[in-house]
Amino acid sequence: MKKEQNQSKKKTGRRNFLKFGVLAGGAVVSGVGLTAFAGDNKTGEKVKVMTTDGKLAEVDSGMLHSCNSCSSSYVSNEEARKGIPDRKFVMVVDLSRCKNARKCVSACQNMHYLPKDKEWITVNLMQETETTAPYWMPKTCFHCDEPPCTKVCPVGATFKRDDGIVLIDNERCIGCKFCMTACPYSARVFNWDKPKNIPEEILNRPYSVESGAPQVVGTVGKCDFCPDMIRKGKLPDCVTACPNGVYFFGDINEDTVTNGDETLRFSELIKDKAGYRYMEELGTQPSVYYLPPVDRNFPFESGLKGLSEEQKSKYHFNTDK
Amino acid sequence: MKIENKTKEILKEFSPQIENFNRRFKILSAILIVIMLFALYAFYMQEKEGHIVTGMRDNVVWGLYIANFVFFIGISYAGALISGILHLLKVEWRKPIIRVAEFITVISTVIGPLFILLCMGRLDRIYNLVLYGRIQSPIIWDVIAITTYIIGSFLFLYLAMIRDLAILRDSPDLKIGKFRRWSYKFLAIGYNGTAKQDKLLEDSITIMSAIIIPIAVIVHSVLAWIFGMTLRPGWHSTIFAPYFVIAAVFSGTGVLIVALWAYRRYFHLEKYITKKHFDYLGMLLLILAAIYGYFTFSEYLTDWYTSETWNARVLEKLFNFNEYGWWFLFAAIIGILLPMIVIGIPKLRTINSVTAVSFIAVIALWVKRYLIIVPTLETPLFPIQDNRIEWIKYSATWVEWALTLGGVATFIFSFMLLSKYVPIIPVSLVSKPPEKTESLNVEEKVETV
Repeated sequence: MKKEQNQSKKKTGRRNFLKFGVLAGGAVVSGVGLTAFAGDNKTGEKVKVMTTDGKLAEVDSGMLHSCNSCSSSYVSNEEARKGIPDRKFVMVVDLSRCKNARKCVSACQNMHYLPKDKEWITVNLMQETETTAPYWMPKTCFHCDEPPCTKVCPVGATFKRDDGIVLIDNERCIGCKFCMTACPYSARVFNWDKPKNIPEEILNRPYSVESGAPQVVGTVGKCDFCPDMIRKGKLPDCVTACPNGVYFFGDINEDTVTNGDETLRFSELIKDKAGYRYMEELGTQPSVYYLPPVDRNFPFESGLKGLSEEQKSKYHFNTDK
Repeated sequence: MKIENKTKEILKEFSPQIENFNRRFKILSAILIVIMLFALYAFYMQEKEGHIVTGMRDNVVWGLYIANFVFFIGISYAGALISGILHLLKVEWRKPIIRVAEFITVISTVIGPLFILLCMGRLDRIYNLVLYGRIQSPIIWDVIAITTYIIGSFLFLYLAMIRDLAILRDSPDLKIGKFRRWSYKFLAIGYNGTAKQDKLLEDSITIMSAIIIPIAVIVHSVLAWIFGMTLRPGWHSTIFAPYFVIAAVFSGTGVLIVALWAYRRYFHLEKYITKKHFDYLGMLLLILAAIYGYFTFSEYLTDWYTSETWNARVLEKLFNFNEYGWWFLFAAIIGILLPMIVIGIPKLRTINSVTAVSFIAVIALWVKRYLIIVPTLETPLFPIQDNRIEWIKYSATWVEWALTLGGVATFIFSFMLLSKYVPIIPVSLVSKPPEKTESLNVEEKVETV
C-alpha cells in the first residue's frame, strides 16, 4: 500500500515535470544523468541545462532531480491506453530472409530486461509435414484486430489501442492467465517469479505501460511492438537488430513499411510477394504479415549453424516428433 | 413454541450428536487441522516465491487448481439440484437426506472458488475485478454467477433449517453452551410455528428451491464457457455447457451417496437412511451416468471421426497409453460403465457396493476435469518448441497437492462442524406426517420406477 502511494507520488512528480515544459527529455548536466524537476526547495543557484531540441536553459539547482529513466519518455497511463493518434501499425516478416540469426530475440530481451529463458519473440522451426520444406519463422505478438486475449480479460489489463497495438498493464493485471489460454498463437508469457538482475535505474523509474520494463511478478507479458521506441520515432529493437532485414515495420495508414535499410509500399510488397497472415482462418485479423519463404537468401540448414547445444535441443525436440 | 412429543423423542435421539465432542471427533479434527495448516504453509510459499513453486508454466497455465475448482462447484449440485428438485416434487424419502445434500452444496460452493483465487498470480489485486470489471469477460460472468450461487445456496440451507433452529432454541434440556443457545435464538428469527409463519416459510423454501435450480445450471454453464470460449482443441465445443452440467449433477449425486454412507455409519442412522435411499439415489446415478456417458461418447466421437489436426493432437495424447491413456480409460469408460453395471444388476446392488461405485465415479470425474484442462493446454495450436520438460509436460508440485488436500480437509472439517451445530437429519421434517400431493402420489410413482 505504502509502496503504491510512493509510486503515485512519483507519478504526479513526473507529470509536474512534463508541465514544466521545455526541459523534457534527456538533459545532461556536468556529465551525470540529471534532469530538471519541479521541486519546491529553491537554492538560488542557477544551473544551465540543455533541452531535447538543443536549446540551453537556466534553472534553479534545487529543481534538479536525479533521473535515471531519462531515456524513456513517460506517457501517462490514459495516453498509453489510447495509443498514438492516427496511426495503425503493421509488421511484415520476410521469411525468405530469415536464417535464425536470433539477434531479434536477444535485442528484445535486452530492451525489456528479460532473462535469457524468457522470449517475447521466438524463432520457430516450421515444417508442416515431412514432404514440405522446413523454414524459420520468427513469431512476435500478432497485435490482432480481433484479439481473443483482450476480449476475455476480466479487468481490461490487456487492451487494444487505436493505433493497433495490444498492450498489457502490469499494474492492473490480476494474473488469471485467461488471456494466455485465449491466445491461439502462444504469444504470451507469464512472470512466474520475480524478475531478476534488473538494473537499479529501471526498477526505480515510474511504471509505464509502454515500456514494458521491469516486468511484474504474477502478471502476463508479451511482445509490445516497442511503443516507447515508436513514440521517439524509432523502430522497434527487433527490426533494427536483425542483420538480414527480415522485419519491416510501418504504418498501414501511410502504406509504408521499413526495415531500416529499405522503405517499401506496404500494399505493393504484400501484392508482389503474396503476403499472408498466419492462421487467417481463426478470424483474429493479425497485424503481422508474412512473406512466404521462397527464393531464400540462405539455405535452411544455415540457421542451425552456430546455435548453442541448448538451443538446438529445442528444435530437435520438435523435429523428432 | 410448543414441541410435539414425537419431535422431542427424535431430538433426544440426536442430542448426543450435537452435545458431545467424543475422542473420535477430536482425533479426526486434529488430523484435518494439521493438513489445513500445511496447506496454509504451501499458500504462504506460493505467495512469497511466486507461482514458480507450482508446476504450471507458460503452456499449462492452469492445472490442479482449476480442476479442483470445477470439481467442487460440480459436487455442489448435490444440494442445489437434487434437493431442489426433490423438494419441488414433494418426494417423501428426501426428508432425511436433504440436509446432507445442502451441506455439501454450501461447503463446496465456498471451497471451489478458493481454488480460483489460488490460481491468480496477483491475489493482492483482486479488487480490480470490482474497479475495472468488464462484462465482456466470461470470468466476470463467473464472478457474478458464483456470488449469486453462494448467496442462494446459503439462503436455501438456512430457510430449510429455521424450523430445526427453533426446536433447538425451545429445548432447554440440551446440554449446550450459552453462546450456542443464544445463536439458535438469533438464527431462528422468532419462528414459533404459527400457521402464518409456517406458510410463509414453506412458500419461501419452495420459491428458493425453484430459484436455485436455474442458478446452479447457469453457474456450471458459465464455467464451461470459460473453456468453450477459447480457440483451443478439446475446449472449443458447443456441447460443453450441458456436458459440464450433467457431469456436475453426476458427481454431486456420487458425493451425496458417499456422505450419506459415512453419516449412516458414523452416527448410526440406519433407521433414517435406509437401503431405499441408496437404491433410489443409485438409480439416479445410473441415469446420470448414462446421460454423461452419452455426452462423452458424442464429444470424442465427433472429434475423432474428423480428426482435424488440432483435435487429433489432443486425442493422440488422450488415447496414448504412454501419455493419458490409462487415465482416460478410467475416467471416461470405467468411471461411467462400472456404476451402471453394479447399480443396474439388482444382485450386485447393496449399500456398500453403491457407495463404492459412487466413490469411484467421483474420483473418475475429478480425473476427467484434469484431462479436460491439462492435455489441451499441453497442445497449443502453435506447437511447443522447447526443451524444458516442465514447459512441455505439466506435473503438479507439492504446493499444489498440499493445497488440494487442504481443500478436501476443509470440506470434511466444515462438514463435521456443521453437523455438530444442527442435527444432520432435519428433525422437524422427519417428525412431520407425509405431505399430501394432489391427485397423484409422487412417492408411490417414484417407487414403481
